[in-house]
Amino acid sequence: MTREKSDMLENKIAFVTGCNRGIGKSVAEKFAENGATVYANARKEGSLDPLCNNEYSQGKIIPIYFDVTDREATRHAFMRIMKEQGRIDCLVNNAGILVDTLITMLDGRTLRDIYEVNVFAVFEMMSYASRIMSKQKSGTIVNITSICGDEGGMRGQTAYSSSKGAVIALTKTAAKELGGFNVRVNAVAPGFIDTDMFRSGPEDIQKDLVNGVYLDQRVGLPDEVASVCVFLASDNSSYVNGENIRVDGFAHI
Amino acid sequence: MENKEKYDKAFMESFGIDESALKDLEYNSIPEWDSVGHMGLIAAIEEEFDIMMEMDEIIDFSGYEKGKEILDNHDVKM
Repeated sequence: MTREKSDMLENKIAFVTGCNRGIGKSVAEKFAENGATVYANARKEGSLDPLCNNEYSQGKIIPIYFDVTDREATRHAFMRIMKEQGRIDCLVNNAGILVDTLITMLDGRTLRDIYEVNVFAVFEMMSYASRIMSKQKSGTIVNITSICGDEGGMRGQTAYSSSKGAVIALTKTAAKELGGFNVRVNAVAPGFIDTDMFRSGPEDIQKDLVNGVYLDQRVGLPDEVASVCVFLASDNSSYVNGENIRVDGFAHI
Repeated sequence: MENKEKYDKAFMESFGIDESALKDLEYNSIPEWDSVGHMGLIAAIEEEFDIMMEMDEIIDFSGYEKGKEILDNHDVKM
């Protein structure tokens, strides 16, 4: 199918993690619709075939399969993109996991697993991207956080919310470090978005949360988060740096 | 250009120093080789040899001689 035409990211090279579903999938699609060549990451070989086989008016999506917690694979992914494209204009760190466990029951392994994906992998990705982008003297990094990263999550989300809080702090500090190289670092904090992650919780809790959303008491769509990512990746946000933009219809947990 | 010449050039251009200053040069031994200068040097070396170092290697890259050992791991022989 052919998607709508827009050119906010014309000729940009983007790298997006966690694209097999939800927000990451929407980000990859919307970037390609806006003219970007998108290297879309997922773990499972072949899982991005439908996404990559779509036709986009200007951009395209190229699959790049690896586990973001595999440091060697991460390095090879960056090397591959640099070999094929010679530059990276935008990185979107979207891959993340959510495990709900009360702090009294939180074992070290679960905590480490969450931090490996949600924090340490983001550090690793940003480290390689920042080296490339600082050489280029241009680039944007967008980290997908969460509204629970700055206001705390629901009961059972100490590990998840603190991991997202870490990425918000990481975003702001990296924005200071990289600003001198004309590299912008921002975050997007989704609220209650209609994804498998959100739908994995109990229905009554989902309903209560959505009832508290001031904008029309509705869940957000992955596409609505992706639109903000497009803005942050584009030159339209050329003076936006170190921000954590909430996309939540004005909601609180 | 030989690898050794390319390697030396990366140092000399990154820090604005002469060839005579290279031997025994260590991280932080001159004002130009601070943490910011270090990333500039790594960028120059990576570009020159078309490699991408791991973070541990960048941290271990503590001197002119040590750097040669690290590049050897990337099949850059000098």
